[in-house]
Amino acid sequence: MSYIHLAYGDLVLPALLVVMDGALSLALRLKLEKQLAIATVRMVLQLVLVGYVLTFLFAAVSPLWTALAAVVMVLFASREIVARQKRRLPGIWSYGLGAGCMLLAAGTVTMFALLTELRPDPWYHPRYALPLLGMILGNTMTGISLGLDVLTNSLVRERAAVEACLALGGTRYQALLPVLRDALRSGFTPIMNSMAAIGLVSLPGMMTGQILAGVEPIDAVKYQLLIMFLIAGGTGLGTLAAVTGGARLLTDHRHRLRLDRISTE
Amino acid sequence: MLTVHALKRLHISVSFDLQDGECVALQGPSGVGKTQLLRSIADLDPNEGMVKLDGTLRETMPAPTWRKRVTYLAAEPGWWSDTVQDHFSGWDDALPLVTRLGLPCSCGPWPIQRLSTGERQRLGLVRALMLRSRVLLLDEPTSALDSASTAAVESLIAERISNGTSVVWSTHDNAQARRVGSRVLVMNADGGIEDNRP
Repeated sequence: MSYIHLAYGDLVLPALLVVMDGALSLALRLKLEKQLAIATVRMVLQLVLVGYVLTFLFAAVSPLWTALAAVVMVLFASREIVARQKRRLPGIWSYGLGAGCMLLAAGTVTMFALLTELRPDPWYHPRYALPLLGMILGNTMTGISLGLDVLTNSLVRERAAVEACLALGGTRYQALLPVLRDALRSGFTPIMNSMAAIGLVSLPGMMTGQILAGVEPIDAVKYQLLIMFLIAGGTGLGTLAAVTGGARLLTDHRHRLRLDRISTE
Repeated sequence: MLTVHALKRLHISVSFDLQDGECVALQGPSGVGKTQLLRSIADLDPNEGMVKLDGTLRETMPAPTWRKRVTYLAAEPGWWSDTVQDHFSGWDDALPLVTRLGLPCSCGPWPIQRLSTGERQRLGLVRALMLRSRVLLLDEPTSALDSASTAAVESLIAERISNGTSVVWSTHDNAQARRVGSRVLVMNADGGIEDNRP
C-alpha cells in the first residue's frame, strides 16, 4: 500500500482557494471575511494539533490515554449540542443529557465494532478506536441536537394540544407521542439522507481518504459500509435516548408539562 | 364532594367545597388567576395544598386517573391530530352530543383547521363530556359562542349537573353566572375568593 506524501508547502496553493473566498466576500460585501479567517485559522490549528495528539496516542497505545481522549471528544460534542439549541434543558442536564446519550450510543456501537468486527490488538488500539468514535460521535451529535431542538420547540408550539390530552387523562407519554415522533424523525433525517445519497451524489471522506492512501476501492467500500451501519445504529440509539430523556425532564411525576424548566438563549 | 383546602399557586390561596350535583360560577377580572385556579385543581401545574374527591386525596391516585374524574376544559381547547374524529375514542358514541350542540354528524372527518373557534369550543366540550367526569372545571366554555349555542351548552351541562356532576364554571358574563351557578365565587386581585351565596 503506497500513497503520495504531502508536505506543508503543498498546501499553500490549495489554501489560496480560501483566500479567494475572502476576496469574494470583500468584493460582494458579504462581511464574512473575518469569520472565514477565524474559521480557517481554527481549522488549521485544530487539525495540526489533533495530528500530533494522535501521533502520540498511536505510539503510546495506552488504555488510559485512549479513554481520556474519548472523554474529551464526548465533552466537546456535548458542548456543541448545547450551542445548537435555541431552547435549553434545565441546569446541568443541558450538557448532561447530550453527553450521556452520546456516551451511551457512540460508546456502545464503537465497542461493538471493536470487539466483534475489527478486533484490533489490543482491542482499544487508538488507531482504530478514536477515528471510529470520532466519526460516530460527529453524526450522533447531529441527530441528538436536531432531535432535542425539535422536541423543545414543538412542545412550546404544541403546548395546548399536549395539555388538552393531559387534561383528558392522558399519560405524559400519550400526550407527548406526536411531538416525540416528530423529534425522532428529525434526528434520523440527516443519516437517512446521507445513506440515500452516498456513492451517487457524494463519496464519503473516509472512503476517499482510504483510496488516496492506496487501499483497494472495494475494501474501502467495505469499511465505509461498516461505518455507515455503525453511524445509523448510534444515531438511532442516541436520538431515542436524548428525546425520551428530554421528554421526561420536561414533564414531572404528576404527568404535568413543565415548560418552566426550559431556558431560552 | 370536591374539597379544596389552602390551595396555593403563585399568588392564589383558595379554599372551598363543591357538593355533588352543584355548579358554582367563578368570576373575577381578567388576569386575576381563574384559569390558574382551575388548572391547579386539575393538577396541571405545580401547586400546594389539599384537594380531595369524596375524601380521597388527589396525590393518592395517579394524575391521569384524577384528571379523568376532575376534568379541566380550556377556553381554547388544543388538538393533537389532523381530523375531528381522531380526538375521540368512540366517535359514534359522541354523535348525539355533537348534534345536540348544533354541529353536523358529518364533521368527523373534517380537518381541525376547517373549524371555527366556536366549533372548536363546542367539540372540545363534547370531548370532555365523553369522559363522564365527576367534576368539570370549565374555563369560559361559551366565550366564542352565539346566544343559541350558549343556551344549548348551558342546557346540556344542566342535565349533567342534575345527574350528579359537579361543575366550576368560569365566566365573565354576570347574567350567565347567575343562571348556571347556585353560588358565585369571586376571585380578587390578592388571590383569595369571596363566596357569594344567593
